[in-house]
Amino acid sequence: MAVTDSPHLARTRRTRRASSLPAAGTPGRSRRGRARAARAGVNVLLLLFSVLYLVPLAWMLLASVNAHATFKISVPSPTGANFRHVLNYGTTYRPMLNGLLLCGVGTLVCVVCSILAAYPLSRFRSRLRRPFLYTILFSTGLPITAVMIPVYSMFVQVNLIDSMPAATLFLAASALPFGIWLMKNFMDGVPVVLEEAARIDGANTMQVLWRIVLPLMWPGVTVVTVFTFISMWGNFFVPFILLLSPEKLPASVSVFTFLSAHDQTQYGQLSAFSILYSIPVVMLYLLLARRLGSGFALGGALKG
Amino acid sequence: MSAAATTPAAGPRKAGGTADRSRTAAFLPGLLRGLPMLPSLVLLLVFLAGPIGYCVYYAFTDMQLTGTAGTHFVGLHNFSKAFGDSDFVNSVELTLLFVVGSAVVGQNTVGLALAVLMEKASRPVRSVTSGVVIAAWVLPEVVAGYLMYAFFYQQGSLNAILRFLHLPQQDWLYTLPILAVCIANVWRGTAFSMLVYSAALGEVPRELVEAAEVDGAGPWQRLWRVTLPVIRRSILTNLMLITPQTLSVFGLIYTMTRGGPGDKTETLPIFMYQEAFNDSLIGYGTAIALVLLVVGALFSVVYIRLLRVEEN
Repeated sequence: MAVTDSPHLARTRRTRRASSLPAAGTPGRSRRGRARAARAGVNVLLLLFSVLYLVPLAWMLLASVNAHATFKISVPSPTGANFRHVLNYGTTYRPMLNGLLLCGVGTLVCVVCSILAAYPLSRFRSRLRRPFLYTILFSTGLPITAVMIPVYSMFVQVNLIDSMPAATLFLAASALPFGIWLMKNFMDGVPVVLEEAARIDGANTMQVLWRIVLPLMWPGVTVVTVFTFISMWGNFFVPFILLLSPEKLPASVSVFTFLSAHDQTQYGQLSAFSILYSIPVVMLYLLLARRLGSGFALGGALKG
Repeated sequence: MSAAATTPAAGPRKAGGTADRSRTAAFLPGLLRGLPMLPSLVLLLVFLAGPIGYCVYYAFTDMQLTGTAGTHFVGLHNFSKAFGDSDFVNSVELTLLFVVGSAVVGQNTVGLALAVLMEKASRPVRSVTSGVVIAAWVLPEVVAGYLMYAFFYQQGSLNAILRFLHLPQQDWLYTLPILAVCIANVWRGTAFSMLVYSAALGEVPRELVEAAEVDGAGPWQRLWRVTLPVIRRSILTNLMLITPQTLSVFGLIYTMTRGGPGDKTETLPIFMYQEAFNDSLIGYGTAIALVLLVVGALFSVVYIRLLRVEEN
């Protein structure tokens, strides 16, 4: 492997501490040279890995502009026919709008509820707090797929199958444990001192929350919002089980029916539709990464 | 939104006012403070706790999708049926293989390796790699499944690459379907682990690593003895989050293979779906769902306990 040297060499270079020590190993080459060689090795390795990773994506992009796409990667003479073919109300616009409605409202409900729930969890001490936090942590560890069969039988009994509001609320609820947990961790990072000043001035809890705390944690709220939306947008099983009418299905399910219906032939159109369906989340992610820096604060909030 | 406007919760200081306050007087502000949690509690109770309770109950019945005969309590019948059912045992084995292979080993290790290597790489390479890996993660599940199907297909890209390298090719989706879906899941999910570990590595104190280096520790030793112990909490958290995500993967596998060929990729979620909807045995499907929930719950409890031990 190319993991033969440390990047910290580059940093210690300035202090000259490392180079004066006998631990340097091979006397023939300077440590700086070895560090440079190691970095080049790592670069090559990562680039090769990226190219391999990119192959499936490249196939989709090429197939979408290929009139006679197959599973073989080939560079076609570009055509917009595939996109023209799928860009109509029934194939693209309606499923996308349904998805937007389901996931947009679901995300909104989830984010507002988790902000409200995170505040008492982050600020007030109570005997119930720890057990509740552990329950939340525990439910983030439950496989949501397993709940779908009981949810289906429940919805059948109360006649909520094929109801978009019910599916939306279920999506929101299933994203809540993770949302509350992330939000609470972000809220813990907002200093309490500012709130105390506002309290002295007579602000109540809700005023403090919306006017003081939230403006200070917009990056956190954005992360939770975008993350929730992306996972809902990609969710296939929930709408697949809970919605039946073709005119209510979001893009995640319609891309699947498209896949099964046109099994042997229309790979170009399928790729075009897949690209259209993926554009919203890719754009959202790019927006987020640009504003918050890559690696966006998600990792930081996950420390527990 | 309306809930926010109509809950005038008491301030935190009001509770500790008078010295001889009665229990109810202290209890009420405590309840009011918790009021903002109400919408979440309702949603969680109705849509998560409710179905789980329902699941526990119906797992012991013979409920059927089209059954007009009514639902009867059948005790442990569904479970004894399941554990005697070779299809069920097969799908438990496949699920464990899938979770351990693609999450605990695959995503976790690849994510960590990427994070470690990216720290050493030059800036443009770092952005390219993380961009590509994250792109695969952001894509919707079904699209990822479709791309991976195309990739592993007999005339697909993987065999083209192998041919180019003069390596033996095969029809992956027929000969090694479980390996194909594992790799597909690693391809799709590694970004999450990579992000978690990149953040964690950024917080490893540099002095610590440098001190180890001065003492003559090689790169492997520094990784094993310094970096990994420092980020162990992140490792646990990461495992805790990717395990249930992998346990509940449905769309990816269903798009790629539909559990086939035969039952070679029929993990528990797919088996559960087939039994409940294709064979209309809701009671049996629910029992399988309960097994899946219990497996997830066990993983969850183990990781939470480990985290708690860390705290003390």
